[in-house]
Amino acid sequence: MAKAATAPTTSRRIKLLGKHPIGIPFVAPYVAFLIVVFAYPLGLALYMSFHDYFFAAPGAIVERPFIGVDNYTQVLGDPVFRTALFNVVKFVIINVPLTVALALVLATALNRAIPFRTFFRASYYVPYVTASVAVVGIWLWLFAGDGLVNTILGPLAPDPPWLVNEAWALPIIALLVTWKQLGFYVLLYLAALQNVPNELYEAAKVDGAGAVRSFFAVTVPGVRSATTLVVILATIVGANFFTEPYLLTGGGGPNNASISPVLMMYREGIEQGNAGYAAAIGVILAIGVMTISLLNRYVLERD
Amino acid sequence: MSASVAAEDRSAAEDRRAEDRPPPRAQTGWGRYAALAGLTAGAVLFLFPFYYMIIGALQKSPNTDISGAFPQPGNLTFDNFVDINRAINLAGTLLSSVIFTGGVILATLVLGLLAGYALAQLEFRGKQLVFNAMLLLLIIPFMLLMIPLYVMIVRSYGLEDNYLGMILPFAVNPTAVFIFRQFFMQVPQDLFDSARIDGASELQILTKIAVPLAKPAILTAMIVTFIGPWNEFLWPFLITKQADMQPLAVALGSFISNVAGSVANPFGAILAGATVLAVPAVLAFLALQRHFVQSNLGSGVKG
Repeated sequence: MAKAATAPTTSRRIKLLGKHPIGIPFVAPYVAFLIVVFAYPLGLALYMSFHDYFFAAPGAIVERPFIGVDNYTQVLGDPVFRTALFNVVKFVIINVPLTVALALVLATALNRAIPFRTFFRASYYVPYVTASVAVVGIWLWLFAGDGLVNTILGPLAPDPPWLVNEAWALPIIALLVTWKQLGFYVLLYLAALQNVPNELYEAAKVDGAGAVRSFFAVTVPGVRSATTLVVILATIVGANFFTEPYLLTGGGGPNNASISPVLMMYREGIEQGNAGYAAAIGVILAIGVMTISLLNRYVLERD
Repeated sequence: MSASVAAEDRSAAEDRRAEDRPPPRAQTGWGRYAALAGLTAGAVLFLFPFYYMIIGALQKSPNTDISGAFPQPGNLTFDNFVDINRAINLAGTLLSSVIFTGGVILATLVLGLLAGYALAQLEFRGKQLVFNAMLLLLIIPFMLLMIPLYVMIVRSYGLEDNYLGMILPFAVNPTAVFIFRQFFMQVPQDLFDSARIDGASELQILTKIAVPLAKPAILTAMIVTFIGPWNEFLWPFLITKQADMQPLAVALGSFISNVAGSVANPFGAILAGATVLAVPAVLAFLALQRHFVQSNLGSGVKG
């Protein structure tokens, strides 16, 4: 980038600070933000997770001794945590394949020359820009015992109703999140489809491939790196859900059937004041998410 | 908070090209009708809950029969809006939402433009380090930071029930920084260099040349940033105890979690609140959607 000739007197300064030292104060506030909101809390999370860190009355001086991996062994031995973790697995098993399949099919359809493209694209995005709290309000009504869904299903309606049914509470949450996020992934795929060369479709056509065949032979491999991204993002969302079990199923109910790790962190860390314990849950979960992301990348992108 | 950052780091110019290019397979025949039918079914699935929310918000007594999905003149009322307003003070909570969202947008624009411009157009020591550190820090999941941020902001800094504490973790939307950086990367450097030769300071170049040029990127960044705090539940929920500090999403969430019996038609009141919460975000998105789709979710996921 450096191309303008500079006076030799300033060359030492340039060597030390770069051609535009003003850039340093320009990025400084953002760097400060990153340190205060990301880097420092990251360190604090690790510190807390190895200490008996609890909330005391304001101003009280308390000891928060180092306790090694005690928080971690307690978390891993907690049956509620295992339920929460298993719920994430169930959530991801429902959410990820459905998201990938529906988003790719809808994006492929949207990528054709069809009327009302803008309308369709916008309508898929509407749930994504809507607050979870508002969406939960709508689903509470739709899936209530005497809600519209059960009215339509009639005798087929599950008993007890969806949101208080141990078998259905979590799948309903997974479906809600899939529905809410889908528009974002449709647009992601739509963008990726622009980079699949037209020649490949033409070649497939010449070889006698129909629409379905060319979808699987050209489209699916053509957007593979987008699929990696979709899987990783959907997994992260799956590990983070909180608002839905807190509000839709009355705090992770029934009987913890829809509890999530973040809801558990809220209960243990903030309601009960065992911040070290909750921090340990966060660390375990973050390590899990990052491992799965790397694994996805490796599996989906290898040749 | 910002899981989608990697997806956004891409060139807006390329997006525009991709968007304007005619869809690749403009063929006729049954495939086109199948696509249209699928997309229509999708649109109904995505839009019906919103329609149903507004219908439900206007019903005098909740009607969950199939007939209730259509407006019935005898069963229409605005009482639900009056009810929800009595329960959660819509004006106050909306004001709180506006302050929270406005503060985040303002901080994002000021700090984000400074950082985005510097990272794209200026040469200074540590630039690469800042950029790499930013990429690394942004993959940290929010759940890991939640408990330490709570400890810092509520316990250490005493910023409970304070807008500063509410805004701080969201202050600079990292996606917006990426959008700005991407935008300034494709502005020819000569443009800025000639201003430098004319004796303009970097701050003048930024405010007089770069920012006016970046209007499209600024609009995109504003809508991307807007939906974060406007829809956020967890963080403002954690740090507000006083009802008059709560943004609408939090107040409505609290109303949902301990609703029963306080109003005549709880579903109607919830849906009325959900309408007030959802409509501004949906309208903002629709107004800017053409723009948003183009620059935000362009062609970065390359095959």
